[in-house]
Amino acid sequence: MPKVGIASYGITKFSKDDSKIESVLLQSTKKLFDNSPNLSRNDIDAVIVSTNNNSKYLSAILSEMSGIEPKIAHSVESLCNSGTNAIVSAYSYISAGLADVVLVCGAERYDSPGQILEWDNSRGEFKHPIFWASIFTKSYKREFSVTDEELAIVPVKNHKQSQNNPNALSEKIYSLDDVINSKKLTDDLRLHDCSRPCTGGASILLASENTCKKFTDNPIWITGIGQKTTSAGFTKNITFSSMESTQIAATSAFQMSKRNVTDVDVAEVHDAFSVCEPMALESLGFTDKGKGMDMIRELHTTDNFKINPRGGLIGTGHPIGATGIAQTIEITQQLQSSANKRQVKNAKIGLVHNMSAAATSSTVLVLER
Amino acid sequence: MNFDSELEKGNFIIAECIHCKKIVWPPSEFCNKCFREVSWRKGSHEGKIIEFSRQNDAYFCLVEIENNIRIMGKISKGIPITGQQVKIEKCGVKDKSYNFEISLM
Repeated sequence: MPKVGIASYGITKFSKDDSKIESVLLQSTKKLFDNSPNLSRNDIDAVIVSTNNNSKYLSAILSEMSGIEPKIAHSVESLCNSGTNAIVSAYSYISAGLADVVLVCGAERYDSPGQILEWDNSRGEFKHPIFWASIFTKSYKREFSVTDEELAIVPVKNHKQSQNNPNALSEKIYSLDDVINSKKLTDDLRLHDCSRPCTGGASILLASENTCKKFTDNPIWITGIGQKTTSAGFTKNITFSSMESTQIAATSAFQMSKRNVTDVDVAEVHDAFSVCEPMALESLGFTDKGKGMDMIRELHTTDNFKINPRGGLIGTGHPIGATGIAQTIEITQQLQSSANKRQVKNAKIGLVHNMSAAATSSTVLVLER
Repeated sequence: MNFDSELEKGNFIIAECIHCKKIVWPPSEFCNKCFREVSWRKGSHEGKIIEFSRQNDAYFCLVEIENNIRIMGKISKGIPITGQQVKIEKCGVKDKSYNFEISLM
């Protein structure tokens, strides 16, 4: 299969700004162009927009506002893993020969309709994500004898790491006590256990192997892709203490890249809520079932930024359609050794884990320099 | 029959595929295995608690009915435990969302 690489990127600061979705899309696209002096508008064959926003025809709108007349233009929506799914669509166009250069642009507003899956009536009146997160947390704590105090390390670590990310929503570090004493949303979830909806945009430029080199001296290659959707409804999950779709997607991604989890130097995992980080690490194979918090505690106490160096979703904020792209940009920067204070030393192989709707769908990417 | 309109009247009905001998959940007019039309029957109101948590003073739980259907509902009174037998006390539709009130047995 021909190689597909990441040739450039652009990202906005994540905020609570009341900006129009079109403006957020345009801002990150402008930054991408600013970062790509050799990129001309005519180079772009496809423009794919990733968002849960209800506005229509956004890829054509972004194209017009950016002066691009692409062959292919459309949106991708799949709740929280829209971003990586849009990247996989771009990859597919390039590897199929339908496009040579694809602009993928993700954006969301703080008030995104993508937070609630109205269709999933098996959740009854408990449709807000805090309820599936509470069920996951309760189930995980019981099965592996983990406490709220232990899980609180996740937001403490990720807010700490996000202080080195100039685009992060979080501007504060928190102590374990701050997390434990933050507003109790349910018996099993506190405010600081949650990633926060926000306004933000992230754009990435994908290109075929030869074309990539026109735009950058340090292309990052997408060498592994794994995707799995087990259901749409939260209650269909087989277990509530692990992520089945993640485990399957990771197996596919490692198989495609001919790598395994021990090769991974740095990873962005989908910590929508505290409990998601240990669960994701276990389902991706970084550690045994129930041992995720041991790994996270060790990373935190040694100031090792291997997992969620930009601060994850909890530290950076979660503009739904932009998240998977922002995660991929972070791993790109890590592999290009341009992540400044967040840099994981000598990172050669990276992983992105992006999931939707209580892990009913997962996308895993393996990236290499 | 229609699941939503029956639930609005407080009736919990179940879609079943006679051909595949399986319950179809979430409720649908077609079997998700063979696409034949489902038949409807009165559902059991009894199930067991898979998991639960609490918001303010109200417990909410994930309940499994007929070893298949899983729904989330509010527990009317008492302190739940996992695996506990429960029944649907009341059901309906409110603000376009299904609504289940669960009581401990």
